[in-house]
Order: sequence, then C-alpha cells, then structure tokens
Amino acid sequence: MEYSPREIVAALRAEMLHRVLESNTVWLCTSCYSCTVRCPAGIPFTDVMYELKRLEAQKGLRSEKDPAAVMAKVLVESVNRHGRNHEPEVIRKFYWRTKPSRIFGQMRLAWRLMRRGRLAFLSHDIRGLPDLQKMLAAIEEDGAA
Amino acid sequence: MNHGNGHRRFYYPGCSLMVTNRAYDVSARSVARALGIEMAELDDWNCCGATAYVATNEMQSFVLSARNLALAEAQNGGSGAELVVACNGCYVSLHKTEKYLAEHPALREKVGKALRAGGMEYRGQARVRHLLDILVNDVGEEKVRQRVTRPLRDLRVAGYPGCQLMRPFGEIDDPEVPLLLDRLLGWLGAQVVPFPLRAKCCGGMMMTTRPEMGRQLAGKLLLNAKGAGANCMATACPLCQINLEAYQDAVSGAVGADCHLPALYFTQLMGLAFGLSAEDLAWADSLAPLDGLPLEARQ
Repeated sequence: MEYSPREIVAALRAEMLHRVLESNTVWLCTSCYSCTVRCPAGIPFTDVMYELKRLEAQKGLRSEKDPAAVMAKVLVESVNRHGRNHEPEVIRKFYWRTKPSRIFGQMRLAWRLMRRGRLAFLSHDIRGLPDLQKMLAAIEEDGAA
Repeated sequence: MNHGNGHRRFYYPGCSLMVTNRAYDVSARSVARALGIEMAELDDWNCCGATAYVATNEMQSFVLSARNLALAEAQNGGSGAELVVACNGCYVSLHKTEKYLAEHPALREKVGKALRAGGMEYRGQARVRHLLDILVNDVGEEKVRQRVTRPLRDLRVAGYPGCQLMRPFGEIDDPEVPLLLDRLLGWLGAQVVPFPLRAKCCGGMMMTTRPEMGRQLAGKLLLNAKGAGANCMATACPLCQINLEAYQDAVSGAVGADCHLPALYFTQLMGLAFGLSAEDLAWADSLAPLDGLPLEARQ
C-alpha cells in the first residue's frame, strides 16, 4: 500500500488526492476495518476508502484497471441480474476481463469443488427481482435529482 | 428458548453459503436444531452486496440490505424480527445498514422511498445478529456445555473469528482482542491455543484479485496458528475459511513453509462435540485433509 490513512488525509488537504487515486492504495483495502477502530479521531476511515474506490472507478485515473475494481464491477452486475451473487459467473467474468489465461490455474480447484458438489451450475434469480430492480433504479434517480 | 427481545428469528444464509461454502450452512442449521434455536430461512432474501457493491454505489448497497430488513419485518407481520447471519461479510453489510438507517433520518427517508418504489416498507423493527453472538450470549455456556457429548479434548484449536465479526462496531467482541469464539471453543472441551494473529485480515478477495498477496496473508495466519501448536483452525466466515483451506499447496509454495492445517467452521466443531453425524456437518465437503481430527469416533 503506497499511502497510509494519515497520508491520504494529508493528500486530500493538499489537494493532491489524484496521487492517491493513481496509486495501488485504494483498491488494496480489503475492508478489514482496522483503521476505523484505531482512528484516534473516530473517523470511520473504511467508509472514506469506499468513497475513494467509487471516485477512482468514476475517474479511471489508473493506467490499467485494478483487478479488485473489476471484481467489484462483475459482482455488482451479477447481483443486478439475479438479486444474488452467482459465484461461478462472477469468477468467470473476472478472469475474462483481467487475465483470461489465469483461469487455467483455477481448473484444479474448480474440479475439486465440483467433485464435492460445491460448484453452482445454475443461477438462482430471486422472485422479487423486478421489484428489487425498481428499488435500485429509484434510489439512483433520487441521488441524481 | 430466549428469542432475544421477543423478536421472531429469521436465518439469512447469504449467497456464499448456498453452494460453494454450504458446509457452513449445513452445520449452522444442524447446530441450531440441536440447541432448539428456531430460525426459519428468510424467504426470497437478496445479496447483501458485500464489499463490492458499497465500493461501487453506496446508496444502492443500503437499498439491497434494507430490502432484507424489510422482508424480515414483513414476514413477521410487520413487527420486530431478528435476522441471524452466519457470514461475516453479510453481517457487517446488513448490520451497518440497520445502524445507519436508525441513526440518519435523511438516509432512512431516501431508502424508504426507494423501497416503496418496489412495493415494500421498512419501519426499523429488524435487528441483525451474528450466529456466534446468539450461541454465546443467548444460548449461553450452561446449555452449550450440557449438549456436549464428546468433548474435543484432542483438539488444539486456533480460533479465527474474522475481521467483520467484531469490526467496525466492536459490539459483540473486542475489535483488537476478540475472545467470543475462544470462549465457545472452550465450552466444547477443546484446547484453545494462544493465536496472536487472530484479529488480522485473511486478505478477503485478494486470494483471487491479487493472489501473490493473498497467499502471503493466508500463509502468515496458517504458520502462526501452527506455531502456536494448533492442529486445526476454527473460522466464523466463509471467505476466511475458503482462503485458509482451499489454497494450502500454493500458499505453502509462496511462503516456503508447510502451511497445511485443517480450517473448519466453528459450527462443525460444535456439531462434532455434540456428536452430530458426518452428513449433518458436511465433512465430505472439506478440501484439506482432516488429519488430527477425532473423526474416527464418528459414524
């Protein structure tokens, strides 16, 4: 991680936030919330990191899309489509959009999971999917208004 | 049975527990049954959004969680409901939304408007709780100990609760020195080893997005647990569990040391101590060899 939370705040104050967004920092955050519980000023810093992730995704300042940003995007697509996270679809799309050759490295694990009935072949769409999609669209419009 | 404030309980399995990590789901349900905890599965629940959705669209992520809270309320006729969650990722997403909606009226209004666009209403009557919290604080030591038929004396367990159980809110356990899981493991008769890295992150999705880093993080935890004398690890999160269990060959190669160690769900260990069957605990789903576990005593 190139910048610590203190450095991120300093960069924000110095109007140099673009340097943080261009670095590997933002998408390396796994949401372990250690910064939030340790912050002496009580700032929920993990929420700040989430805001920076959204900013980075919007602005696309990194030369190459971060794999974690791709992962976030494909998961959101799956949830929007099914109402649930269909894991095999998410993983397949992730490798397809990052390094497709890496999927071969996952074949052994996929096989081991499949033998134990742990690979979901069929996706499950929730019954309330049309209503959920209406809700998601409604809050998006509300935010834009 | 104490139903926590008289609220009806609903179980929220979460996407990950449906197929890939179903051993957690199967063993959680079995243990709940064995202890007489009634929890019907929340009907037609949707994904909590996990860390990915909030990193993409925060307001929509609140709506996702709020729909589940509203469902729980609706399925109890509009009154108080408790949502029991086993996955740490789901727990933090749902609980954070529950809290933020309670604390911020403007947010509540916006999210409420969105729910109404899909024909739903949320009145703030749902409480989100982790299964581990229910087992330790509602069921409690006496009842758990009474149910133990085969104390886990041979097991030296490293308890690994996972970040999002106790962080960020620190409500059910200390955010830096978590003890809840260790207490429960002690009631099962297991030897709980001092595991210094038990509050450190497993790397989450990094095992997929940045495997070179994910392997280092998982390796540190596994070696630390082994160094503490553990012959297995107990987890309370499906992502932690699969990170620790499924990549042990690659992790060992990456850190240059043997990182093989059974990584189990705490609910599987509870069931083992309760004498539940192999099917009830989905042992056949395990990827890593279960050497060192007293499974021969099972049917």
